[in-house]
Amino acid sequence: MPTIINLKNINKTYYNGAPLHVLKGINLEIYKGEFVSIMGASGSGKSTLLNILGILDNYDTGEYYLNDVLIKNLSETRAAYFRNKLIGFVFQSFNLISFKNAMENVALPLYYQKTGRKTRNKIALEYLDKLGLKEWAYHMPNELSGGQKQRVAIARALISKPQIILADEPTGALDSKTSAEVLDVLKKVNETGMTMIIVTHESGIANQTNKIIRLKDGIIENIEDNSEHNFSSLGFQNIK
Amino acid sequence: MFDLDRWHEIFITISRNKLRSFLTAFGVFWGIFMLVVLTGGGRGLENLISGQLEGIASNSCFIWNGRTSEAYKGFRKGRWWSINNRDIEIIKSNVKGIAEISSIIMPWSPTTDNAVRGEKKGTFSVQGNFANYNKIYHHTMKFGRYLNDMDLQEHRKVCMIGSRVYETLFNHGEDPTGLDIRVDGIYYKVIGVGDGSENITFNGDTRELITIPFTTMQTLYNYGENIDVFCAMAKPNIDVSEMQEQMETILKTNHSIAPHDKQAINSFNVETMFKQIGYLFLGVNILAWIVGFGTLFAGIIGVSNIMMVTVRERTQEIGIRRALGAKPSSIMTQIMSESFVITAIAGFLGISFAVLILQIVDLGLDVSGNGTSVFQISFFTSVVAALIIVILGTLAGLGPAFRAMKIKPIEALSEE
Ligand SMILES: Nc1ncnc2c1ncn2[C@@H]1O[C@H](COP(=O)(O)OP(=O)(O)OP(=O)(O)O)[C@@H](O)[C@H]1O
Ligand SMILES: [Mg+2]
Repeated sequence: MPTIINLKNINKTYYNGAPLHVLKGINLEIYKGEFVSIMGASGSGKSTLLNILGILDNYDTGEYYLNDVLIKNLSETRAAYFRNKLIGFVFQSFNLISFKNAMENVALPLYYQKTGRKTRNKIALEYLDKLGLKEWAYHMPNELSGGQKQRVAIARALISKPQIILADEPTGALDSKTSAEVLDVLKKVNETGMTMIIVTHESGIANQTNKIIRLKDGIIENIEDNSEHNFSSLGFQNIK
Repeated sequence: MFDLDRWHEIFITISRNKLRSFLTAFGVFWGIFMLVVLTGGGRGLENLISGQLEGIASNSCFIWNGRTSEAYKGFRKGRWWSINNRDIEIIKSNVKGIAEISSIIMPWSPTTDNAVRGEKKGTFSVQGNFANYNKIYHHTMKFGRYLNDMDLQEHRKVCMIGSRVYETLFNHGEDPTGLDIRVDGIYYKVIGVGDGSENITFNGDTRELITIPFTTMQTLYNYGENIDVFCAMAKPNIDVSEMQEQMETILKTNHSIAPHDKQAINSFNVETMFKQIGYLFLGVNILAWIVGFGTLFAGIIGVSNIMMVTVRERTQEIGIRRALGAKPSSIMTQIMSESFVITAIAGFLGISFAVLILQIVDLGLDVSGNGTSVFQISFFTSVVAALIIVILGTLAGLGPAFRAMKIKPIEALSEE
């Protein structure tokens, strides 16, 4: 399996008032097609790590290779290009644009690839159809349920055929039934070969992924193989 | 540049917040409207006044007698005196800058129904002129001609009448040339009819004036050698005030008037008046531009402020766009284009509306009487106004666009 993400000794400090060393030497390798979850206590640096992976934020020292390209000191323009081409984001708060309907929201990444409106709307409809939202295509975000919004966001993340999907607590704002549905969708996407990294608090969600990374105080505490999906929802790990 | 998709995107964002876009646009609309209406109005007034002055050679002056206000060389003050033919001859041969000099006789008020033709009659002023008066004050003719030198040499009893005189004494459409009318008891042959398009004269309305040869009038009205007024036109590049002073000095010497007597000689300097009117309109114009520009500028500042607020409010949206792959430059052009589109639409509406208002005023007044626009901005002004809008609109978007460009996606996304 080829490596898609390779982190070497990543450090990140926030300098808002007192310096806050959030990531303290992260080494991590993720392979193409993996389904990974990142867990850890609040403030352990999960979102920070994910943002660095998504080139939404930069790191201080270390090296980050995405698809064998060193992601360091990129210009904003270049960062935007990589985000658009290689990365799909799913956020806890959906982050849909409120004055655009579902289809237009899904089509937006293609707008920044200079795809014509007709074409990108057609493709957006195809993706919405795949996620069972065809009849909601012309609805505005405020007319959709949380689960529907998140599925729209997933469609939007997928439309540019990225290399990885990064999801920061994608089910954090959803009830358990809807969470299960959304996770199902993500699983199916992963089954098509898409690399997927999910930040979550819920062990039930993490247990569905194939690998669990535990962060504690800015370092990786451990990485567990979870291909058997026998991770206890109570937080205990079954002994193999 | 012409990317339909981008314009569609801009249109959606603008129309999303209709009230705010409208209010923003209104500031610009009002500004440009004021600018155009004020400059157009100023120009209209200018055209209106210049129309009144049409036909008069601007480099001319009129001089007539008054009462002395100082005792001089044994004469008491308050003495009446008259300009005479000899004065004119002396002036003509001594003042080098004169291109034309033309004596005029214009008795003050005519007697009632002094002009008669058969049953028709009316009260009209009579004026005695030289043929060269037409060079200083151009008369456009409806029928026939103005006085010529032969009329004067031969003391002919001919007259040129104004259009109102014609309407009163003749039937509509009738060619009056060669026909006789009786004025103050004497018969004159009509040689021409002025069309009266001149709006101003030195002595009343040309449309109600009967002009006869100066020589004829001086004799028939018992003026002897005296004249009422004379008019002089300067040669090109000669200062009228200077010429006028030389002429006045000669008159004062000839008639033993104190050199500094201000009231003994009356004059009217057309050039000075034209200059003053010119300055007046320059002032009006400058004022119009300042006020208009000020209003417009306030509108543009409004756009800039509102765009600033908009950018702040749209931080999250911009963050999302950036996360999805929008380059900083595309965010920047988007904000600038939005500001540009609002300003441009409002601005062009403002120009159009102002032009419409000016046109209505123009039609309402119909000052020119022949349908040509008087209260209207020039093509140049409208091009300048349009350019100003395009430039200011873009500039207004610049600050907000920079701020939008600086938005970091994570900060925007974490802002709930
Ligand atoms: N932009 C920032 N500036 C300063 N400090 C920050 C910034 N972003 C995050 N932090 C701090 O860095 C630490 C790690 O934050 P991070 O968001 O990565 O945690 P997390 O693991 O995602 O937590 P949670 O589970 O609550 O989402 C926290 O203490 C947080 O307060
Ligand atoms: Mg987090």
